[in-house]
Amino acid sequence: MSKMEYRYVGKNVERIEAKEIVTGKTIYLDDFKMKDMLYVKSLKCPYPSAKITKIDISKAQAYPGVTAVLYYGNMPRICETWGISAPPDIPVLHDYGCYVGDTVALVSAERPEIAERALDLIEIEYEQRTPVLTVEEAIEPDAPLVHPDYYDSNICPVVPIVGEDMMMHLKRGNPDAAFEECDYIDESDAQYNSIGSPMAVESPVVVWQYDVHKNSMKAWASSQTPHGYRVNAQLVQNGMENETTIFNVGGGFGNKAPMTLPTQWAAIMAVANPGRPCKYVMTKTEQQIAFDERIGMYMRFKVGMKDGLIHAVKGEVYLNCGAYNTCGQWQMGVGLGEAQIGCGKCKNWDLDGKMVFTNHVQTGPVRGFGGQEIRCAMVPVIMRLVRKAGIDPVDFMAKNFAQTGDGWFWRNQEWYDCREQDYAPVTYETAERFGWKDKWKGWLKPTKIVGNKAYGVGVANHGNADVGEDNCVAYVRLDAATGMAYLYQDAAEQGCGQRSNARKIAAEVLDMEVEKVIVVLQNTESTGYGQGPAGSRGTITTLTAVTRAAEDARMQLLQLAAEKLHASPYDLETKDGMIFYKNRPEQKWPWVALTPFGCNILGEGKYYADYSKSNYCVYFAEVVVYLETGETRLVDVAVGSDVGQVIDPATLEMQFHGGFGAAAADTGLMEENVLDRSTGRVMTGNLIDYKWRTFNDFPPIEVVIQESLPEISRWKAVGLGEISGAPGPAAMMMAISNAIGVDYCEYPASREGILKALGKL
Amino acid sequence: MSKAIQMTINGRHEIFAVGHSGSRWEIPDEETLCTTLRERLDLTGTKEGCGQGACGACTVLLNDVAVPSCQVLTADCDGANIVTIEGLADPVTGELDLLQKVFVEKYAFQCGFCTPGIIMALKGLFIKNSHPTRKEVEEALAGNLCRCISQYHVFEAAELYAQQLQELQEGGQQ
Repeated sequence: MSKMEYRYVGKNVERIEAKEIVTGKTIYLDDFKMKDMLYVKSLKCPYPSAKITKIDISKAQAYPGVTAVLYYGNMPRICETWGISAPPDIPVLHDYGCYVGDTVALVSAERPEIAERALDLIEIEYEQRTPVLTVEEAIEPDAPLVHPDYYDSNICPVVPIVGEDMMMHLKRGNPDAAFEECDYIDESDAQYNSIGSPMAVESPVVVWQYDVHKNSMKAWASSQTPHGYRVNAQLVQNGMENETTIFNVGGGFGNKAPMTLPTQWAAIMAVANPGRPCKYVMTKTEQQIAFDERIGMYMRFKVGMKDGLIHAVKGEVYLNCGAYNTCGQWQMGVGLGEAQIGCGKCKNWDLDGKMVFTNHVQTGPVRGFGGQEIRCAMVPVIMRLVRKAGIDPVDFMAKNFAQTGDGWFWRNQEWYDCREQDYAPVTYETAERFGWKDKWKGWLKPTKIVGNKAYGVGVANHGNADVGEDNCVAYVRLDAATGMAYLYQDAAEQGCGQRSNARKIAAEVLDMEVEKVIVVLQNTESTGYGQGPAGSRGTITTLTAVTRAAEDARMQLLQLAAEKLHASPYDLETKDGMIFYKNRPEQKWPWVALTPFGCNILGEGKYYADYSKSNYCVYFAEVVVYLETGETRLVDVAVGSDVGQVIDPATLEMQFHGGFGAAAADTGLMEENVLDRSTGRVMTGNLIDYKWRTFNDFPPIEVVIQESLPEISRWKAVGLGEISGAPGPAAMMMAISNAIGVDYCEYPASREGILKALGKL
Repeated sequence: MSKAIQMTINGRHEIFAVGHSGSRWEIPDEETLCTTLRERLDLTGTKEGCGQGACGACTVLLNDVAVPSCQVLTADCDGANIVTIEGLADPVTGELDLLQKVFVEKYAFQCGFCTPGIIMALKGLFIKNSHPTRKEVEEALAGNLCRCISQYHVFEAAELYAQQLQELQEGGQQ
């Protein structure tokens, strides 16, 4: 199929917010002020596991400017049934702390510094308990319990979520029999447990206001998705109604969807201070040590290969949830789905998933959402088989990834036949652009050695079917009098240009100036349901809903005009706010001339969830290892994908670049929240100690984009951003192994680990 | 006892009282320039990302030098000339500064939260050095973090800015 020429699709169009961003006029939630605002701060537990034995809030309550002090003993009555996580069994405030940084009391005050001072006046004593900091410890039969008053084991209970029984146990075929047929088998533990933090530069911010007369809430949040945020809040607030509004978001990375902790802290303070907006702004240190981190992945599994294809997988998958869990079972369901996509030819599976509580900070949604974690854990083990078989890993990646005709069980335990995909061509083109044939010298062989520096290359790939996840609704309203279109859609702008792309699509369908399409601020009362851009879904979900809404509005407009002209709507066309006969374009009328006075036309577009298509990213990395120190550096990268069709070239390219950030590819060599296992404290609670890639540390990157125009939507496009760095860490482990000539896997790579692997420590 | 300090912020003369009476109209000694700009003057284009001097989102020009305003005390700014992101465009016509224009042209941002700080850091570099090398641009921005990864496009914008500045200078000389 040949590519069509469009007015906007495939061309760069200036982002809606562009000029506001460069002039500092963009409004993020912390820039937004409200009358009578109160500021909320929280008191943190200094121990990983401790029972509160005494608490006295009287001095804090009496401090001038303080409006409320809450702890487990005086929560507002209607909040007693609210939970701090899912399932909502554990109250928002409880009489124990279960990680260093767990909130044990809250203060609201007229100014933030007053709330801070009042926290120091709360007198509190603890009785320390023995913590469990790792999954391995937590699943021991006699392990100390993280929540002894609520659960009799450290296995997190599983309950239906969003009306679905999430897939916790993947069973397909007969793995035991299939292992008998395998050429190569490996059985080992694997993990991706570096607890990297996505850490948007804008910290999580929420404002909640309680209307005591209506018994309902208003919320403002730096969340990626108004409806997702609202629904999650209702899950943990016993169904309390809320109206959520979202401004611009200073980076999301999957981490700013529910934001359950600050949400619940601000919300119960709002109930305690009826009518007054209560704001919680996390400090950067709070965001780093007391906010949703990436789930930890620990696997014990057996994998077998036959004829160069993965043939059987069996084992256990444990998610380290930390002390609380918001999306663990969802992430398990998606992760097990994505495991099948990466090993698309394997028909024999038995992976039993469990979520495990530990005395560590709560985990939550982060880009990757179970898939990056399971893929990074599995790939290095699988590569041992590929190495034993002497197969080039590029060939293996190309041949094992799911193609049309394969399929998978997805999160809802339903089967989906894979459609419209073959990612082998982009795998090979990216390999060529990276120079794989020249750089790859064979398994455990360096590309070159220069002095004390060894260079090695690696490759990995990944894909997810989140791209079609969840239902979505959009509306397009045409104001005939002004010739303007108003777009009501669910995606908040977090940086990937989704609102601008939605505007562009509406303008394309209506063939009108893009500046005359106004994207309405995201609010749960004025926009239809959707989960925003999470999981790269917006390209298929939101844009499909917007397309259908614009098509519906366009057809209604032409029908009205046709009645007036006594013509068929199919003989008419609209362009730039004018209507004309297709065969007489020189005679044209403005919308207002052919529609009733005061006419507004409302088009509706719906998208229904479909998990039969995955996106794709292949990642090539060249790493240099300093053999005397164990230091590593990324020196060259090539990333490739077939995106179906490009909607916006500039923002797409930046989604590829974004693979470095937000705890994606850089969990391979540098990003890690360091846990002191003797105290349970995270030692990297600031941006100096938590290592990020800085402007003077970016390697060359080659971006390879193919457009195969799959028949999946009018625009034939699939989202990418979530996974653009997901295969990176595994590729880097292969590169290090090849550089040093020894099998190595440790996320992130450490100097000590590499020197040990080299026999120097 | 409060003390009066004055400074120029985006071309406007501002006078503040510094002291510890507890009055909300008085700036305490420990108040940062970032807080003063955001909370008292509503110049919210200056972002507080970390409050630790590590992310650069709060960068402003202090006497033509790019500084993280979360690490500067307002009480120490007596007599200073301060420019924030809101002070770059023409105050009358609203026309963007050339550096802002090239950021739009090169799509040198994603979420945009860190962008004001990056632009101000670059502005500080170009005030000192109108023809920086790529390495000098990298070093000048090493204190600015961008989690979305706009860095590659920022480099393109800086390069274009340098070219256009040079063309303007050459045009002026002719």
